[in-house]
Amino acid sequence: MNRTLWVVLFFLGLAAPFVAYPVFVMQLLCFALFASAFNLMIGYTGLLSFGHAAFFGGAAYVTGYLVKNAGLTPEVGVLVGTLAAGLMGLIFGILTIRRQGIYFAMITLALAQVVFFIALKSPFTGGEDGLQDVPRGMLFGLINLGHTYHIAGRPLELNLYYFVFGIFCAGFWLLYRTINSPFGQVLKAIRENEPRAISLGYKVERVKLLAFVLSAALTGTAGATKSLVFQLASLTDVSWHMSGDVILMTLLGGMGTVLGPVAGAFTVITLHSKLSSIGSWVTVVIGVIFVVCVLTFRRGFIGELARLLKRSL
Amino acid sequence: MHLSSQMVMAQMMLGLNNGAFYAILSLGLAVIFGQLNIINFAHGALYMLGAFVALLGYTKLGPLLGMPGFHMNYWAALIVAPLVVGLLGVLIERTMLKHLYKVDNLYGLLLTFGIALILQGVFTNYFNVSGTSYNGMPEILRGAVDLGFMMFPTYRLWSIVISLVVCFATWFVIERTKLGSYLRAGTENPSMVQAFGVNVPLMITLTYGFGVGLAAFAGVVAAPIYSVSPIMGEEMIITVFAVVVIGGMGSIMGSIITGLSLGMLEGLTKVIYPPAANTVIFFMMILVLLIKPAGLFGKDQ
Repeated sequence: MNRTLWVVLFFLGLAAPFVAYPVFVMQLLCFALFASAFNLMIGYTGLLSFGHAAFFGGAAYVTGYLVKNAGLTPEVGVLVGTLAAGLMGLIFGILTIRRQGIYFAMITLALAQVVFFIALKSPFTGGEDGLQDVPRGMLFGLINLGHTYHIAGRPLELNLYYFVFGIFCAGFWLLYRTINSPFGQVLKAIRENEPRAISLGYKVERVKLLAFVLSAALTGTAGATKSLVFQLASLTDVSWHMSGDVILMTLLGGMGTVLGPVAGAFTVITLHSKLSSIGSWVTVVIGVIFVVCVLTFRRGFIGELARLLKRSL
Repeated sequence: MHLSSQMVMAQMMLGLNNGAFYAILSLGLAVIFGQLNIINFAHGALYMLGAFVALLGYTKLGPLLGMPGFHMNYWAALIVAPLVVGLLGVLIERTMLKHLYKVDNLYGLLLTFGIALILQGVFTNYFNVSGTSYNGMPEILRGAVDLGFMMFPTYRLWSIVISLVVCFATWFVIERTKLGSYLRAGTENPSMVQAFGVNVPLMITLTYGFGVGLAAFAGVVAAPIYSVSPIMGEEMIITVFAVVVIGGMGSIMGSIITGLSLGMLEGLTKVIYPPAANTVIFFMMILVLLIKPAGLFGKDQ
């Protein structure tokens, strides 16, 4: 894709906290990374996981707990959360990767429900209250991520913001490289025609498993980062509604497009925050968007835009 | 820990009761999947809707019609709720699902997921999530019966019996009648069945209506036992998905047997190790996936 577009987006990211509420932008970035990681499965491998909340919330709990109680620095905390989610992804993957389509979706949903029950009952997750007051800590033991600057009368958590922005850029870049690597080509080949990929000699199950672990791990990165931003890991993060939300983000923005999940995440998160006053009608709105999206624009808006411009976005 | 056989039997019977609901719901999913090749995520929500039709028919229908003394009774609800929900199903299939048969069947899952969210969201707005109790249980089904080894609530016994009757009737229709043979043939090769003059699109529509009608029926039967709540379907559907994965969706009888036995397994777990009761079905699913990935009654693809 166009180099100038990337540069413009990067500078927009750098400037964002000065024009919008920083915590909100950080939330957008966490969910954009989550949806992008999810897209690696549905968009590029053709497997619909209905259990990604387990990786997102699981990592949030692991990082939150270790940063709070074991005094890990934030960068180590995020790394450990990522690894934990990757490990969960490996376990989920070994169990599910041989099944396709709807079975894959149902199994991942059921496995994620086990994680939900564990989170509900375990002593270390805080049950219904969640894990609260997670400290933001000192990056590399040196930079205080909790520090708030006051510029032109606005409180700005710039240290934390650029930490989150850095994580987002690194994760997004890794996904972008993966999609455009020979490995990414194999994934697309599997999505389009699995028997042919097998007959060409690719070890399809191993490739899919690797993609699943990578997707889970980066989802974990997003969840771990989220627990530092909100200083909270809660049951919402592991619930199946979260898995549904990330599916919607990706579907709405455009499955199998690079920018689609980011655009979708921005839309859905903005929607949630604008509609928070109408209570559970939000669920109805989300449901209606699902229905309309599936019936009328399955490519998502970035996908449709890409089709109009006749180029990949 | 001392395990009295009475306690085990009691929990097994309660488990069988839950298992009967799992059986009806997974049966409906399997029937719908056979014809539409879609997993109906809205199944749990339509089960919830069935229970609400019974509840609202009992409490709100009379005042609405200007006859405050009128209650739609339980027996009427057993007929009305499946019809109402079945009609809604026909509407859903005609207006939405039918446009999705040519695309990847994941879209059917996503669409019905959206429908589930809409239904659940609407009811959450008007009703307490912790549940409303249904008071329309008929006099004749109150009290308890002596089963010889224990006293068992009459209503629960009734709900097991009626659920089994419905399950086996469905099995009989699909596996042993002419109509069922059309259905089974439609699963194998719809265009060939169409060529023989069977109206396949109509058959598909009615199958969906029938499948969700079964879910609503289960909802009515469940209403007097559990409190009627907007989230009763969401808890149910995920468990039923696990049941379906364990059984495989190839066989009607397989769905019934799997549903019943998993319900009893859950009951047994409540006696032996209560904390695992919520998750034992999911662990069973993991075990089955490791040993027989296609499911107990499924065919390897």
